Amino acid sequence: MSSETIASRPVYGSLAPVESNYHLFIADDHGGAAIVELAQHLSSDFWTNCEIIYINSQPNSASDHSDAIEALQCSKFYLGASIDAARGRISNSLNRAKMGTQIYLAGSEQLLNVSTMLVIEAGYDHRSVQTEQRGSLARRVQCVHCKGITPDVITQPTVCSHCGLLLLVRDHYSRRLAAFQGVNINAEYPDDIPETVEAFV
Amino acid sequence: MGMAPTSTVFRDETFRDDFTFKNSPETVLRAPFPFDQDEYMYSVNMELHEAGEKGTAFEKPFDVDEHYVAEMRDRALVLEEDPMRCQSLPHMTLAGWDTLELLMENLSESYPEWFVLTRDGNNWHWINRPLDIDQKFVFGDESTLPYGPMEYITRQVQGDFAILDERDDNLWMDAGMVTTQADWSLDFDIGMNFMEWHAPVPLAHEKGIFKRALKYLMSIQQGNPARRLNWTMTVNPRLDTSPENYHQWGVENTQVTADNVADKLFLRIELQTLWRLPRSNAILFPIRCYLLSMRDISTVPKWAKRFHRVLKTLPPQLSEYKGLDNYRQTAVDYLLQFDDGGETTLGTAPE
Repeated sequence: MSSETIASRPVYGSLAPVESNYHLFIADDHGGAAIVELAQHLSSDFWTNCEIIYINSQPNSASDHSDAIEALQCSKFYLGASIDAARGRISNSLNRAKMGTQIYLAGSEQLLNVSTMLVIEAGYDHRSVQTEQRGSLARRVQCVHCKGITPDVITQPTVCSHCGLLLLVRDHYSRRLAAFQGVNINAEYPDDIPETVEAFV
Repeated sequence: MGMAPTSTVFRDETFRDDFTFKNSPETVLRAPFPFDQDEYMYSVNMELHEAGEKGTAFEKPFDVDEHYVAEMRDRALVLEEDPMRCQSLPHMTLAGWDTLELLMENLSESYPEWFVLTRDGNNWHWINRPLDIDQKFVFGDESTLPYGPMEYITRQVQGDFAILDERDDNLWMDAGMVTTQADWSLDFDIGMNFMEWHAPVPLAHEKGIFKRALKYLMSIQQGNPARRLNWTMTVNPRLDTSPENYHQWGVENTQVTADNVADKLFLRIELQTLWRLPRSNAILFPIRCYLLSMRDISTVPKWAKRFHRVLKTLPPQLSEYKGLDNYRQTAVDYLLQFDDGGETTLGTAPE
């Protein structure tokens, strides 16, 4: 994938905790494993100045790391049901964070994208945030025509959930919107309906 | 904004629906033809934006031509339907004032019969005769204008405008007025840096074009503007080929035939200029669009020959990216009759 990427598409790395007076982790599903793995290399003191927001969209599945994360006994822990449900909570934590707080994001591409948007809205530079992609590559897609955002897009092309146009999902990405761009795929030949394939899983 | 009746100078014409846009023979000859040789590939084709010869689009810093009033009317229509085509992030207001000043100063110096700027400290008086505007306002006080400063002045100047904020060794597109665009969305791209908003362009990244272009842009100093030309093609003289409305106009790309190609297909030239702004240190990036029909081009023998060869040899990725695949061959076939195979002279001038 990296050879096909384009410059507006975010690049994710792997989490590497740095010296800081406070650490804020935002993760979902398989991203929880990234935190649990980090814990194997960190002293238990690390978690005493640490907040974890963990979104567990499929409880009791292979992607559910909530018990292991709770067992780290970090100073503040929040378990959310979905990214949308946790948005206010994430923004609240970001807005309360003290200077020098280190932010870590781990999990699905949508979690990384939405959290980065909230981080920017809270006044941070997106480059000061560490990211690690784990799990779903489903995309948030903005329809360039009606401007509606369709979450959880796994197919190419995809139907805009707002205006119903059939969209080509591009790699062109807006950090401000936390969305990939969707453009009507059959505008030139309306009867030409391309085959739908699973492209972002 | 009042719209004066169009005069003999400014054509009464449309860029949508019945498409009555037409170039006079003089306007064809003064177009900034973008090809200086018989093949085209991306390059960092920047040069200083110095005053050019009389009778060219480079004669004045900001070119006002016979399409001025009609283009401004089209812009007003676009904004009425979709006000989001003009956006400015909160930190860009100062750059908006810089833009207003630069444009008012240059227009009033270049075309004193049409535009008059009178200043008494911060109390400014702006007269735009072609658009029937007479506005007194306080420079720096947004409440004294009907729109923000960037929107106010760019509703009165041909071409799109992006304003690029410089920070962290990059340029960030943080404001713009975009209604005559070659299929890109300000609403999507606003806030992106130079590399990000050019991300979808094929081939040029690999060639290092954007790295060198960015370096050049950031070196631009106040009083020394730069320019480059870019191009694509458009079916019908539609200024507003926006991605927002592509689901409506896209079908026109399939309607070019051998019978209608001469008057339905247009070379779309972008004269891009770059201006360092004094207070904000931002860069103003006007993108001025010129449309030449295939028939217009056929009236200039050198251009017809050259465009035939450029289109024929265009790399397929560029043809696809520019969206020319539906009609490129039809255009090549049409232009063939004007190409005797003889040599063309260097440079872009019509000869």
